[in-house]
Amino acid sequence: MTGITRAEVAHLARLARLELSEDELDHYAGQLDVILQSVARVSEVATPDIPATSHPIPLVNVFREDIVQAGLDRAEVLACAPAHQDDRFRVPRILDEE
Amino acid sequence: MSTTKSSAVDVIPFDQALADFEPVLGLEVHVELGTQTKMFCACPTAFGAEPNAQVCPVCLGLPGSMPVVNRTAVESTIRIGLALNCAIASWCRFARKNYFYPDMPKDYQVSQYDEPLCSNGYLDVTVQTQDGPQVFRVEIERVHMEEDTGKLTHEGGATGRIHGADYSLVDYNRAGIPLIEIVTKPIVGTGALAPLVARAYVTELRDLMRALGVSDVRMEEGSLRCDVNCSLNRPGDPWGTRSETKNVNSLRSVERAVRSEVERQAALLLAGGRIIQETRHFHEDTGRSTPGRSKEHAEDYRYFPEPDLVPVAPSDAWIDDLRTTLPELPSARRERLQQEWGISAFELMSVVNAGALELVEATIAAGVDQAAARKWWTGELLRTANDRQVELSDLPVTGEQIARIEALIAAGSLNDKLARQVFEGIIAGEGDVDDVVAARGLVIVSDDSALIAAIDAALAEQPDVAEKITGGKFQAAGAIVGAVMKATKGQADAAKVRALLLERLGVAE
Ligand SMILES: [Zn+2]
Repeated sequence: MTGITRAEVAHLARLARLELSEDELDHYAGQLDVILQSVARVSEVATPDIPATSHPIPLVNVFREDIVQAGLDRAEVLACAPAHQDDRFRVPRILDEE
Repeated sequence: MSTTKSSAVDVIPFDQALADFEPVLGLEVHVELGTQTKMFCACPTAFGAEPNAQVCPVCLGLPGSMPVVNRTAVESTIRIGLALNCAIASWCRFARKNYFYPDMPKDYQVSQYDEPLCSNGYLDVTVQTQDGPQVFRVEIERVHMEEDTGKLTHEGGATGRIHGADYSLVDYNRAGIPLIEIVTKPIVGTGALAPLVARAYVTELRDLMRALGVSDVRMEEGSLRCDVNCSLNRPGDPWGTRSETKNVNSLRSVERAVRSEVERQAALLLAGGRIIQETRHFHEDTGRSTPGRSKEHAEDYRYFPEPDLVPVAPSDAWIDDLRTTLPELPSARRERLQQEWGISAFELMSVVNAGALELVEATIAAGVDQAAARKWWTGELLRTANDRQVELSDLPVTGEQIARIEALIAAGSLNDKLARQVFEGIIAGEGDVDDVVAARGLVIVSDDSALIAAIDAALAEQPDVAEKITGGKFQAAGAIVGAVMKATKGQADAAKVRALLLERLGVAE
């Protein structure tokens, strides 16, 4: 069973904005392949009558009433950020997105 | 980014485009719900707050924070689904949509992917055609819940746009506000009516949201936003490649965006070009769009079920309960008003198309006769709104003011011409009806002696006219009446001037 290709790892790295060297791509492709094969083995055991779950506890409809509560102090929040200006978070310029 | 340029013309006239191509539309409408708190946290949602004054660990994506779903947001979505004739899912989940952009501090947006809360509905919309009102059924693919994103301001550089910006500033007040996405199935068979159908759909949706009371649906504040998908194909051919136009921020622009995209794509195709699947940005000032980033593939978002939230599983009893809370829907309301006002379907459509239904209703409630209320809103006031390129509801004119003007007309101190000047004054910010009347000295000259003096002056200037009238040519009286109206700046009652003139000349019709 073939898992993940080197090109797919490069694509995922780009989506995650991770800069990987050629050596690292080979390294991670091999590692991810092992992980994917392990997961695939679990899938083989699962039978069609066992539905896939996304949550360990079988709960539904956990809701909150629509009532306002105090949030965080702005000065405190902004102080946590690497940079801020005019009461806003300042982020590096965004390239290639528009 | 690829920019395919047509060799000859950028656009061709709409009618010409329709001679060769059929448009297929898809509309994605985002509605910010009017809940008190955000989708997954208890932060307030008020518009216009100080930047980052409405944030908490959940909507800032701080480690260890856990989202909890807002019950009212789910109820509002179910009510929207029911009003749109959708099936309500008995079990559905939220999903993470992963992308790398600072408008979401978590680097993902919580949305719904392949399990929308509502699906497979429809909304009937009516457009005015040469052959009378025509109904189109717009089919709804899905209605799903998600959270809105933060607001970015690009700083530095020359244009204030991303390109050339040195850095960006982020306000997360909007991040996490409940957002409903309503997606249509492909809308086909509209032909030349495509721009009108698109506008009618968004208008009907807006009115529906307002009737449901789930959102303030203010396009100018971004609580209702529309993306327009459009493709062209030659009759009989498969559908063409579609573009997605974003930034369409008014009802008028929905119509313009469809029209301009049809014109652009047709020109490109006729020149032998190829349409690329891309996101385009609509510009309100030019009525045209420019290319944005090329569309990301859905798999690049790496959707997966949101592990921090449990499924939403509305029971039949809950859904039935919510069904009983549905108000009179806009289509039913229009039927009722048409009956109450005793007008034709065509007359009602004129009011609806002008965006004047609520305004006329409020004006009638203020005591104005239905015919007069319709006359002002779909006549003088609509012209004014069109001249100013604003919606009718943006004019600062109220039903009470029209009631006051009508009362002055009934009392004989204003006529329609003077009333128009009163509206002009109100819109120019000169105050209420009586303020404008006083400040501009708007009153019908009913003083007989003043009118007779004006009549005498006009007769002296046109002695031949007097002869004609006394000779039995009564239609000649118009010249004198016109001169008197001009001399009194419209502040005379034309019928009265005519009567006085004939009396003065000693003749009777
Ligand atoms: Zn929050």
